[in-house]
Amino acid sequence: MDTGLLIEKSVLVVILFLVSLGIAAYSTYFERKLAAWIQDRVGPDRAGPFGILQPIADGTKMFLKEDFIPKNADKWLFIIGPGISMFTALITSAIIPWGTDLELFGRTISLQVTDFNIGILYLFAVLSISVYGIMIGGWASNNKYSLYGAIRASSQMISYELAMGISAITIILMSGSLSLSEIVEKQHGMNWNIFYQPVAFLVFFVCSLAETNRAPFDLPECENELIGGYHTEYSSMKLGLFLFAEYIAMFISSAIMAIMFFGGYNFPGMDAFSGNTLAILSVLAFFTKTFIMIFVFMWIRWTIPRFRFDQLMHLGWKVLIPIAIVNMLITGLVIALNQGWFN
Amino acid sequence: MTLQILAIILGSLTIGSALMVVLSKHPIRSVIFLVITFFFISSLYILMNAEFLAIVNIIVYAGAIMVLFLFVLMLLNLNKQAEPQTSLFTKLTGVLTAGTLFSVLIAALKDSLVLGKTYTAGNSQIGLVESLGNLLFSKYVVPFEVSSILFIAAMVGAVLLAKREKQIID
Repeated sequence: MDTGLLIEKSVLVVILFLVSLGIAAYSTYFERKLAAWIQDRVGPDRAGPFGILQPIADGTKMFLKEDFIPKNADKWLFIIGPGISMFTALITSAIIPWGTDLELFGRTISLQVTDFNIGILYLFAVLSISVYGIMIGGWASNNKYSLYGAIRASSQMISYELAMGISAITIILMSGSLSLSEIVEKQHGMNWNIFYQPVAFLVFFVCSLAETNRAPFDLPECENELIGGYHTEYSSMKLGLFLFAEYIAMFISSAIMAIMFFGGYNFPGMDAFSGNTLAILSVLAFFTKTFIMIFVFMWIRWTIPRFRFDQLMHLGWKVLIPIAIVNMLITGLVIALNQGWFN
Repeated sequence: MTLQILAIILGSLTIGSALMVVLSKHPIRSVIFLVITFFFISSLYILMNAEFLAIVNIIVYAGAIMVLFLFVLMLLNLNKQAEPQTSLFTKLTGVLTAGTLFSVLIAALKDSLVLGKTYTAGNSQIGLVESLGNLLFSKYVVPFEVSSILFIAAMVGAVLLAKREKQIID
């Protein structure tokens, strides 16, 4: 076993963990500031200059609140529900290529925890199990509103996973690989998939909104129908974990979209740089793309009203899936024609 | 050697969680233990370099089918009181039937172990997507197509059943 590899991967994992938590914490701040700006308000401005310490104050508040477990709740499942949510939100970052190789202490360090050769499938596996946290938490609360939220979440996620998977197949067809790092490398030199697959991007983006339970698809926690949805009975840091997991999922799915459609860490004119300069610039380019996607997520939340549940199902099954399938078939035909399979 | 120790640990964990599926009284807990069992089975696949199979096992079984199981159980809201009381006779019959099936299965599998190829460690390419795809679309193309026809038939059947239900309501 290579000790150096073990150390560098462990350091990378710890950094990714901290970065994910930090970005999730500051996403809450930016979300509130953005909401304030869109609605012509001031937003949080008490804690520190421009309210910059607000996430820390929120986190402290969460920790100091009373941790309450309802009497009739299933105690163990009630506790592991938020844990599963947080776990599944965090483990996706293992397969994301954050930048080009870095050279430190005479070693070439890959900025990807593991180059899993079926990265996209891993992504979908994690996505499909991420619903367990919400379902278990919602059911274990022993509250009918929580159960409604949990059932809505699961049916919504199952429905939108299909369209998402089919639109991802077009990207797999384009790059001929299931590995995320190869998908990024194929998009080198402004060959970004968004220019070839705008329809697939649209479907994938709408499905990402639904999978992360963001508005206009936030029916599982729809506050004016279900009080708080699946986390009605939760308090203290357990509630905090649920809310945090949602923001981490938003960050990760923005990163995935940046990888699959916007060239990942590629940026125009990247051939002029090399070595560590290129590595740092590529990481910056990747995070810029990710933050722009996060901004779009928030922008949509404060612009578009919430769907009704039957409209949500209609959109998923009768609009997005047919569009994705037709798009996939056309892509397959064009690729087959280009490679001369019909000659 | 490490591989063997890992296989023994993971295998016993698989059997343990599979036993918990049967032994736990609460249906929701049974389903959750079943999900955990699928995860352990996937980890055994990964030990044998069958990464694709492992991930697909998680997507299909843990991610889709078990979510539906959980969904139905939550809607039914089964609990201990709702569970039908079974007499000693029924339990004995169940044990006898299951035991008979088990011995038949063992008898069937005992000989096939010698005939079939056993897994040899070392070929790291065997379970990857490329080799699997090549095999599926060349050597095993007929079984592959037949099973896809079966899937289409199942899907058409499901749609038809759902449609008929609606007409009765009208």
